[in-house]
Amino acid sequence: MTTMIELKNVSKQYKEVKAVDRLNLKIKKGEIFGLLGPNGAGKSTTIHMLLGLTEPTEGEVYVGGIHATTRPIEVKKRVGFLPDDVGFYEDMTGLENLLLTARLNGLKEDMAKERALSLLKQVGLEDAANKKAGEYSRGMRQRLGLADVLMKDPEVVILDEPTLGIDPKGIQEFLKMIRTLSKEKKLTVLLSSHQLHQVQQICDRVGLFVKGKLLAQGDMESLQKQLFDDYSVQYKVEIGTTSQNPEEELNKIPGVQSVVPQSDGTYIIDLKQADNGELARFIIEKGYRLFSLEKVSYGLNEIYQRYFQGGETLGSS
Amino acid sequence: MDLHRLEQRVVEAVNHPLWTLVRKEMTDHMKSFRFNILMGIILLTTLGSLYTALSTIRDAASSIEDADQWFLYLQMLTITDEEGTLYPFITFVSFLGPLLGIGMGFDAINSERNKNTLIRMMSQPIPRDSIILAKFLAALIIISVFIFFLGFLVIGLGLMFMGIPPSFGEFIRVTAYLVMIMIYISFWLSLSILFSIRFKQAATSALAGIAVWLFFTVFYTIIVNLIVNASMPDQLFQTVENQQQNQELLTSLMRISPNYLFSEITMVLLTPSFRPLGPISMEQMVGYVPSPLDLIQSLTMIWPQVMGILAAALVCFAISYLIFMRQEIRS
Repeated sequence: MTTMIELKNVSKQYKEVKAVDRLNLKIKKGEIFGLLGPNGAGKSTTIHMLLGLTEPTEGEVYVGGIHATTRPIEVKKRVGFLPDDVGFYEDMTGLENLLLTARLNGLKEDMAKERALSLLKQVGLEDAANKKAGEYSRGMRQRLGLADVLMKDPEVVILDEPTLGIDPKGIQEFLKMIRTLSKEKKLTVLLSSHQLHQVQQICDRVGLFVKGKLLAQGDMESLQKQLFDDYSVQYKVEIGTTSQNPEEELNKIPGVQSVVPQSDGTYIIDLKQADNGELARFIIEKGYRLFSLEKVSYGLNEIYQRYFQGGETLGSS
Repeated sequence: MDLHRLEQRVVEAVNHPLWTLVRKEMTDHMKSFRFNILMGIILLTTLGSLYTALSTIRDAASSIEDADQWFLYLQMLTITDEEGTLYPFITFVSFLGPLLGIGMGFDAINSERNKNTLIRMMSQPIPRDSIILAKFLAALIIISVFIFFLGFLVIGLGLMFMGIPPSFGEFIRVTAYLVMIMIYISFWLSLSILFSIRFKQAATSALAGIAVWLFFTVFYTIIVNLIVNASMPDQLFQTVENQQQNQELLTSLMRISPNYLFSEITMVLLTPSFRPLGPISMEQMVGYVPSPLDLIQSLTMIWPQVMGILAAALVCFAISYLIFMRQEIRS
C-alpha cells in the first residue's frame, strides 16, 4: 500500500515552546490513524502543518507525495479538514454553506447540488438542509462539517477532535459514520483526539503523542506491548520487618530495577519481567513478614494517565 | 497559439475562487442590517442636503451673470442655505464616507476568526490572500455602486427640478468627484480591514477605526496649529517671508491628513472658480484674472492629493496583507 501522509523529522518551534519535536510518521492509504494525546501535545499544530496552514521550523511534510509547505493549494484540493470547532456562515442555510465550499473547490453548479444533497442525507441532515446554520446544534454542526469535508471528494480526511462537545450517543453515531464513510470511499483518515476509548473504537493504528513527541505507534495490541516493554512490571509490597534498612535488602532481588519506598510504608518494586513467585519467596526467605503483594497493572488507560500527566502545563500555551 | 493561451488565462481569471468569495461577501453585505442602516442614513442626508440646495439655488443662480460660470450642478453639491442650518452634500460625504468605510470593514477578518469560519475557508484550495482581497473588493464594489447611485440621483433630481441639463464639463466633474469619494472611502476601508486583522475583537477594531477618524477630523488640526505656533513664537513682528513659511509649514503638515487632502480635492473639483491651494502673495495676485479653471487644469491640480490618498490606502492594504499572510491560525 502506498504512503499517503508522510512527516519527515518535522519540528515546530513557537517562541518558547517546541510544539512538535522531530516527528516522523507515515500513514498508509485507506488507513484510519488516530493521533492520541492530551491538550497542547501539538496535535493541532501537526495537523495545520499537514495542510500547509503553518510552516514547520524544520523537516518536510508530504501529503499524497505533494510537499505541503510549498504547494499548500494542491494539498488542500485533496485533503478535507474538519477543525475542532467548525464554524459555518450562520445566516446561510446548511445547503448554501456546502454549495459555497463546492464553488471554492471549482465544482460545477448542478453536480455540487446533487452531491450536497446526497451528503446531507448520508450525515442525516436532509431535514435541516434549508435551515440556517446558525440554528444548528453542536452535533448537527459537526455532522454538517463532515459533509462539508466530503464535498470536495477528498483522498484524505483530517479530523481535529471531532467528538468534542457532542453527547455520548452523538459520538457513537459520528464515529460510526466516519468508519463507514472511510471504508466506502477508501479514504485515508487522520483523527486527533484525547479520548482513548473513542480512538480505540475506530482506528486501525494509533500514535501516542505527548509534548510534541510520538512516544509509540501501532495498532492497539502492539501499542500495549510496546508500552509494557518500555515500562517494567511493578509490584506493591507491604512488609513487616525489624531491619533498619529493608530497601537495601530488597534491591538484591534478582531482576529488580528500582525500589521506591512509599509514604504509607509500602514499597513499589520494579521488575524487568513479570514475577513468577520469586518475589514472595525472596521476601519470606529474608525473614520479613509479607502482608500484601499486589501487581500494579498498567492497562492502556493507566499508561495514558501516566504519560499524559503534565501535559496540561503545556496545554496552557 | 498565443490567443489560445490568452483565452485560457481569461477563463482562469474569471473562474478564480476569488470571485466566488467576492460574490458571497457582497450578498452578505446587502443582506446585513449594518449596511442597510448606513445606506439609509446616507440616503436621507443626501436627500436633506438636496432639499436645501434646491430651495436656495434660485437665489444663487440669479446672482451669477455669466451663464458660463453657473455650474449649477456643482453648486447643488456645495451650497448651503443662508442660515447655514443644513449642510451641503460634500460635508455629509466627507463626514459619513469614512464611517461607511470603517463600518464595512472593521469586522472583516476577526468576526470570521471568532466564528471559526476562517480556518474552514483557509483549508479550501484557495490562495490565502484571496480572502482579504475578496473582503476589500466586495465592500468597495458595493460602496461604489451606492456612491454612483447617489451622484446620479443628484443629477437626475436636479434635472427634474431645474430643467437645465448639466454641461459636459459639469458631468465629468461630478463623476470625477464620485470616483474621488470611492478612493477616499477605500482608504478608510483598507485601514479598517487592517484593524480587523490586527485586533481580535470586532469592537476594538471598530473603536480603533473611529479613533483614527476622530483624530484626523478633530484633533489633527489643533495639533498642527499648536506645532506651527510653537515654531513661530513671535507673532507680532513677523516678516512676510516668515508668515509665508509659517503658512507653508501648516499646509504641508495638514496634508498628512487624508481628510485634508480630500477636502482640497473636493474644493478644486467642485468649485472651479476657486484657484490656489495654499497661500498666495500679493505679487502673485497681480494680473490675476478671476475665471474658472478648466477641467484638465483642475485634475492636474488635485493629482498629487489623489495619489496621496491612494498611496495611503495601498500602504494600509499592504500591511494587512503582510500581517495576514504571516499570522498563525492557532486559535
